[in-house]
Amino acid sequence: MKFTLSWLKDHLDTDASIDTIADTLTRVGLEVEGVEDKAKALQAFTIAYVIDAKQHPNADRLRVCMVDTGSGEPVQVVCGAPNARTGMKSVFSPPGTYIPGKDITLGKGVIRGVESNGMLCSAAELQLSEDHDGIIDLPEDAPVGQPYATYAGLSDAVIEIAVTPNRADALGVAGIARDLAAADIGTLKTPSVGPQRGGFPCPVKVRLDFAQDDRKLCPAFALRLVRGVKNGPSPDWLQARLRAIGLRPINALVDITNFMTFDRSRPLHVFDAAKVNGDLTVRRARAGETILALDGKTYALTDEQVVIADAHGVESLAGIMGGEASGCDESTTDVLVESALWDPLNIARSGRALGINSDARYRFERGVDPDFCRPGLDLATALILELCGGEASEMVFEGDLPESAGSIDFPWSEVKRLTGLDLPQAEMKLALTSLGFHVSGAGERVRVAAPSWRGDVGGKADLVEEILRIAGLDRVTSTPLPRIKGEVIKPVLTVLQKRTRAAKRLLASRGLVEAVTWSFISHDAAKLFGGGSRQLTLANPIAADLSDMRPSLLPGLIRAGQVNADRGFGDVALFEVGQVFKDDTPDGQLIAAAGLRRGSARLEGTGRHWDGAAKTVDAFDAKADVMGLLAGLGVAVGGLQIVAGGPAWAHPGRSATLQFGPKGIIGAFGEVHPKVLKALDVKGPLVAFEIHLDALPLPKYKPTKVKPKLTLSGFQPVMRDFAFIVEKSVAAGDMMKTAQNADRALITEVGVFDLYEGPGVDAGKKSVALAVTLQPLEKTLTEAEIEAVGAKIVAEMAKRYGAALRG
Amino acid sequence: MNEIDNLGVSLLADIAGAQDEAALEQVRIAALGKAGSISALLKTLGAMTPDERKEKGPLINGLRDRVQGALSARKDALGEAALETRLASERIDISLPVQDGPEARGRIHPISQVIDEITAIFGDMGFAIAEGPDVETDDLNFTKLNFPVGHPAREMHDTFFFHPDANGERKVLRTHTSPVQVRTMIAQEPPIRVVCPGRTYRMDSDQTHTPMFHQVEGLVIDKKAHMGHMKWVLEEFCKAFFEIDNVKMRFRPSFFPFTEPSVEVDIQCSRKGGEIRFGEGDDWLEILGCGMVHPNVLRNCGLDPEIYQGFAWGMGIDRIAMLKYGMPDLRPFFEADVRWLAHYGFRPLDLPTLTGGLSS
Repeated sequence: MKFTLSWLKDHLDTDASIDTIADTLTRVGLEVEGVEDKAKALQAFTIAYVIDAKQHPNADRLRVCMVDTGSGEPVQVVCGAPNARTGMKSVFSPPGTYIPGKDITLGKGVIRGVESNGMLCSAAELQLSEDHDGIIDLPEDAPVGQPYATYAGLSDAVIEIAVTPNRADALGVAGIARDLAAADIGTLKTPSVGPQRGGFPCPVKVRLDFAQDDRKLCPAFALRLVRGVKNGPSPDWLQARLRAIGLRPINALVDITNFMTFDRSRPLHVFDAAKVNGDLTVRRARAGETILALDGKTYALTDEQVVIADAHGVESLAGIMGGEASGCDESTTDVLVESALWDPLNIARSGRALGINSDARYRFERGVDPDFCRPGLDLATALILELCGGEASEMVFEGDLPESAGSIDFPWSEVKRLTGLDLPQAEMKLALTSLGFHVSGAGERVRVAAPSWRGDVGGKADLVEEILRIAGLDRVTSTPLPRIKGEVIKPVLTVLQKRTRAAKRLLASRGLVEAVTWSFISHDAAKLFGGGSRQLTLANPIAADLSDMRPSLLPGLIRAGQVNADRGFGDVALFEVGQVFKDDTPDGQLIAAAGLRRGSARLEGTGRHWDGAAKTVDAFDAKADVMGLLAGLGVAVGGLQIVAGGPAWAHPGRSATLQFGPKGIIGAFGEVHPKVLKALDVKGPLVAFEIHLDALPLPKYKPTKVKPKLTLSGFQPVMRDFAFIVEKSVAAGDMMKTAQNADRALITEVGVFDLYEGPGVDAGKKSVALAVTLQPLEKTLTEAEIEAVGAKIVAEMAKRYGAALRG
Repeated sequence: MNEIDNLGVSLLADIAGAQDEAALEQVRIAALGKAGSISALLKTLGAMTPDERKEKGPLINGLRDRVQGALSARKDALGEAALETRLASERIDISLPVQDGPEARGRIHPISQVIDEITAIFGDMGFAIAEGPDVETDDLNFTKLNFPVGHPAREMHDTFFFHPDANGERKVLRTHTSPVQVRTMIAQEPPIRVVCPGRTYRMDSDQTHTPMFHQVEGLVIDKKAHMGHMKWVLEEFCKAFFEIDNVKMRFRPSFFPFTEPSVEVDIQCSRKGGEIRFGEGDDWLEILGCGMVHPNVLRNCGLDPEIYQGFAWGMGIDRIAMLKYGMPDLRPFFEADVRWLAHYGFRPLDLPTLTGGLSS
């Protein structure tokens, strides 16, 4: 909402400075977005006379002008404008001037060999319009040497405020002035509106053609004819105001409706009566009807929109925009003026459906003052009679004004209860009454009725806000919030929250870089990872490839890896910890942790290094990440099974599923399946893991923080090595468990220290070398005792896997 | 010069001349071995008269001690020299680079870092962290929060909708984290103190808007919490978060459907050369919205607004991250460009705490 200072002063008697006014507006909730003072910004631009304009000797399109700037010697200026000519008056700026339209500061220059000491300016260069076809062409009587802004009437400061959706009343200068007056910035002096007596009956009848439960679409409609008007350009003061706020003056009748919109937040419509056929009907549009609107566009209508129609069809889009066919122009002599009430919801929907953003729609969808429906028409009539002459008819009024809302039971103590601020009753009452509220009763509890223009006020809290914004929010005193109990803070994070935080730090400390990728991915990618169900597909995605809630973090990470590779950074290690979606219920949203390594991005380092060849990542890198994550999170992995073969995204022979029993799957790791790489249009080698943090077993609750007793053996551990020849298909992990089980008390550790296939080992077989650590607890083991354990391991291996000791 | 002195001179010269341990050993054997020259002299002592022995004994023993001492000293010197030679030959090019370890390469995303910072501050004030689903019902995202029917936010051009289910209900991607407040008020008896960080979604895309972004909201409900407390909480938060001693904030009346009175908060700052600094200057920067929880919202959550009252606030996590750490553009937050993450991300153990400072 824009307005000028002089316009405000039509409604407010004040000596306050523009800065005070701006600060106060923001303070009462009408946030100032900008104050534009063109006189100040354009003070260097002065009116000048072109004494002589000659062809530039070296350039066809340039002219060399001798310019009288009103200050001594003529100045030579090179000008490229096609309209530069001898004897014209235009706008001159000397070197050193900032040219807002070009965002440059003018310097002295030599243009194609001719010196130029300034510039003759176009309106676009002054940022006054889009017109840059030529320099400003001023009338002969323009005073040379004067600042152009003063001459052009631009010295009125323009204020722009942001109006919140609840404050339709502040979309008119009168309403803004009322707030300022309440805030003690001046005295409200908005002229009151007297009724206009018509000289004759309005010849056009109005019918509100709605079903009973549709009547809210147009509660009231007022109309009047003014005949014998002369519709030319509106007077300068009106044109200047409209221009100042960015509107284009059209003709007096149209300008009056625009003025009413911004002066009183009362949109009106004027029809050229000669172009209206018969009576007016207000009704829902019929499917298939169209209208050529005043913006020059044709709109196809549905029965969701309300229109004003005559015998020939639709003449106006109710509350949004008039029709071209019945619009007013210079030839208009009889004008029908409409002031109506519309349903805000319907106006909003219709405006949105048709894609029309008009000043009328903006106000009606927020709700205009119903009680100003009739006075609005009277005020417009008075302006028409004043500016265009003519004779007004009586007013036709159909429908009913809505009944005013009841009053609010209001204890003054409510202000202190909600704000902590203790204000005198008199001050609170004055704030309300100066905003137009009616306060009745006395004492601690009163009844407050909101004015008709404040349809947004419905309860006690609203009244507190009104009092507070006039009193000033800065008066609310900062008050320490006491602790619920005065004690050292108890932990607030849940296990899952702690694990989510820890997982990020753990993965980062493994050299992975945290990514935050979109929660929505393409439908095809979602399907590849087990998602893509209809309940998780957006009806209105912002882009086709952001349509489905992600079932996994991996598609986003895999794509991100490729984007980095495409930029030349192929050795990336990324992770994300975030939500994934199984279904659309709250329980269907899980927290996953996933990591991805690409190229040679291994834990030890990436890329080629003098210490060894760049080894590419493999499934064991992903395994190390996920096992490291579980260990770091303190998950008891005793019961964890690592089952060969992963989900569909993984290479079936180079992946595994992590589970605590078949129903306790927590995730998987491995090499990404080549088909998935192809479908996502990415290149490998790529290894990844993903686990669901919600699925991890919870730590056991312990009543004490004391750790279990530590028993250390006083005897040296003994290590024995065994190399077994087994079929290649035998899993080393199983062999380790078998060895461990040979004596669960004595054997504390089993490791695989060598793996061999090749000469010396039969084809189809492999050698697996295990290092077994025995930890005696009570006495040093004899050689015979050690041998016995060894023999048991060898026997078990032979029995279970057909393993033979390597010779 | 007698024979013993001559032998001494000769042996000491041999010891000094021995160039390695083997040669020195030869000298030792020649002197002190079974058939060595000194050993031979020592053997003569047995056949001497007591007088002779008294005279020659000290001379011969003295010679043996001198030679033994010289041998030992020479051996140490040779050992020292040999070690030096070996060490010299073992020299490596210590300037060769090592690989950047994982702790140097790993990074925490600024959003995670800022959430941890927020958690540290509000955790200390006694707030719990509440979370809720991204896929929300229309009721919890809008209706319970006092959004009127037909509010623009409820339309397809602002909000992401899912397809309607069998009952015609369509879920939404939450447009703010406020439904978590509703869930908390429905589930928990006051007093309530929670902050709700999370992902939120709106149909928006430009330099400072992305269709997915992050918000944190806070909620205090009890029987006394008023705007003075709200002001204090927000001032303390801003000071702690931006790590400045003083912060000047401007509270402006505003409008949100779910609060009444509603307030927007600006923070005083200076803008020099594209850098924003708080605690100085005379510009204002909008930073958050807040207000007293609307009586309708309390009622919708089963709380009597005549008994309970409280305040709520909300701000963009990405936005305050950009303000604090100076990212000019929001879009790269979600592009996973490792160069951006290496630059704006945080080291794995940069864990924000109030005791150690939020940032290092």
